[in-house]
Amino acid sequence: MKPRDMALFALVALLILGTGYLQSWNAALNILNMGLISAIMALGVNMQWGYAGLFNVGVMGFVALGGLGAVLVAMPPVGESWSAGGLRVLFALGIGVGVIVGAIQLWRRMARGALRGLAMVVWLVAGFFVFRAVFDPAVAAIEAVNPAATGYLGGLGLPVLFGWPVGALLAAGAAWVIGKTALGLRSDYLAIATLGIAEIVIAVLKNEEWLTRGVKNVIGIPRPVPYEVDLQADPGFVERAAGFGLDPVTASTLYVKLLYAGLFAIVLIALIWLSQMALRSPWGRMMRAIRDNEVAAEAMGKDVKARHLQIFILGSAVCGLAGAMMITLDSQLTPASYQPLRFTFLVWVMVIVGGSGNNFGAVLGGFLIWFLWVQVEPFGAFLMEVLTSGMAADSALRAHLLDSVAHMRLLTMGVILLLVLRFSPRGLIPER
Amino acid sequence: MDFLNAVVALANFVLIPATAYGAQLALGALGVTLIYGILRFSNFAHGDTMAFGTMATILVTWALQAAGISLGPLPTALLALPAGIAITALLLLGTDRAVYRFYREQKAKPVILVIVSMGVMFILNGLVRFIIGPDDHRFADGARFLIDARTFREMTGLAEGLAIRTSQAITIVTAVVVVALLFWFLNRTRTGKSMRAFSDNEDLALLSGINPERVVAITWIIVAALATTAGVLYGLDKSFKAFTYFQLLLPIFAAAIVGGLGNPLGAIAGGFLIAYSEVTITYAWKKVLTYLLPDGMAPEGLVQLLSTEYKFAVSFVILVIVLLFRPTGIFRGKSV
Repeated sequence: MKPRDMALFALVALLILGTGYLQSWNAALNILNMGLISAIMALGVNMQWGYAGLFNVGVMGFVALGGLGAVLVAMPPVGESWSAGGLRVLFALGIGVGVIVGAIQLWRRMARGALRGLAMVVWLVAGFFVFRAVFDPAVAAIEAVNPAATGYLGGLGLPVLFGWPVGALLAAGAAWVIGKTALGLRSDYLAIATLGIAEIVIAVLKNEEWLTRGVKNVIGIPRPVPYEVDLQADPGFVERAAGFGLDPVTASTLYVKLLYAGLFAIVLIALIWLSQMALRSPWGRMMRAIRDNEVAAEAMGKDVKARHLQIFILGSAVCGLAGAMMITLDSQLTPASYQPLRFTFLVWVMVIVGGSGNNFGAVLGGFLIWFLWVQVEPFGAFLMEVLTSGMAADSALRAHLLDSVAHMRLLTMGVILLLVLRFSPRGLIPER
Repeated sequence: MDFLNAVVALANFVLIPATAYGAQLALGALGVTLIYGILRFSNFAHGDTMAFGTMATILVTWALQAAGISLGPLPTALLALPAGIAITALLLLGTDRAVYRFYREQKAKPVILVIVSMGVMFILNGLVRFIIGPDDHRFADGARFLIDARTFREMTGLAEGLAIRTSQAITIVTAVVVVALLFWFLNRTRTGKSMRAFSDNEDLALLSGINPERVVAITWIIVAALATTAGVLYGLDKSFKAFTYFQLLLPIFAAAIVGGLGNPLGAIAGGFLIAYSEVTITYAWKKVLTYLLPDGMAPEGLVQLLSTEYKFAVSFVILVIVLLFRPTGIFRGKSV
């Protein structure tokens, strides 16, 4: 890092510290924690776009799959649901996979012609109905088990930290499937394909109640850190808090957030170290060579498609990891909260503004853009209050303007992205 | 077995809604495909352009309604549509001037323009939410039905009713008119020919004295007209909500790609293909099958292949299948 980069990071640190002094330390730590997670998402996208030039606009889907991984690992299993239909659901899913694999085999083995097409269609349609015949009753049975509290299979009941790699693996698996089909195609097609898969992932999370409880949300996911109420009941903790001059409630919330920040920081630092090593290694140089000139790289004997698939899976896995971490921080999975503007396009703004191709740039972008995303709203409200102070108090326009301030952040993000693209197209910390 | 009732039920629940939806998608996809053909990038801001145009039209509609002007049985929004198109055209020309032109002069890579269009998408999205808010708005007025179910039943004596909503009829008529105008323009007028020439071969078009800035400006105006019309028709048919329009991006792009990006005829075919598949796959076939099958064999369940929530999956699967087997789309599109 150059001195200028250090100064930029110091600026972001100052912004967060300033939030602590001016607003509250809880708010500052919230920004820090989500900033850490955003930085990891930005690292993932940076691997795909910055190293390899792959245009993935399905970040939201991978983040959500990561969250699903955390739920499937950390939530206690619901024994009643498992006995009601757990194995039947797994069996149905097995049938589904079998049908697809069978279709692929059919396509490969049979000779070209109308017969092959017909056989495929018959096989797939028949397979679909067999799948639904097994799947539907099992799902109905599971969802009927105490729908208000469970109504789903639950997870494995393991510590949530194990969910992080599982979330990454789930995202990687999805990336493998998409990469296999869409990576050979043009960049625009990959973009639309990833956009589509992200919507489908969210649709699955929202609708497959046996898996995720759907819009009823999974709440109370076990945490890797102590609970605030336990800390407040612990006399030793209360005493130490008093030593800092803090009341137990504030102290416990700050302590929990600091623990999270520590956990996330460890992951982020490890990832930065790994990606820096990778970028500087022969592998990283090969990736950038492929990005800059695919034809030349192919002529040199590099397997462009396999390399693209590799980096696509790696980047998506990092996004999945960040998604699992976010679910851990929130302690809940709310499928309806996944919005493409927030989870796909905002991460893109982070990468572009920070500097694509540079890991530190992506991390800086993650922190900076997240800070702005959070702070634009109160700042905009303040600004609008000042601007409209001249208007009559009961003016309809004034009320409308004040109400609409919440939407300022989208506008601001767009303006920032366009300004950076225009005047500093390589980002705040450019690739070196 | 009751064949006639089955046909009526099918028309009522599948054919008519899917045709209207297909026309809306086709108009949207035409806009995407024109930008791709002339400006050579995939415009991610298209859904939000549609939302902006619809919003402008709604605001003018409200003003007209407040002034007591209406079109009788037709929705007032049709009267407001030209104004909406004009406002949207001004906006698009403004963004081209302020944003896109710089990259065009630099001959930036298409993918950079796609990212730039992401920035424009954010701004338009924020603008629409800022002006009209994120809520649902219904702005259809005038007569609700061309034929309602009860009148149809009384007319024909069938058990099934057939309802044609005014918005559906208007959608189909307007779409036909707009598409006819567009093709007449592209194939018969001098300007249209110069646009096609520019799309086919930019260098050759420049050599023969075609002014690129003029071609680009006209493209944006046509795109404004297409996007606003598509958005208003969709809004009349369903309702207006900024986020729904953003989500339309996926089926619209699927339609344009399936048809072959850059190919207007393909965009129309793609729009209808996507719409028909979406509606047939998410429709519960119980009613139609009950009429068709002999007594006693009627299905017990809804016979719905996929729940409506998965409609995006349908456009996606069609997209992937077409891309795997025919990477440039059903009608040969172009690739940059």
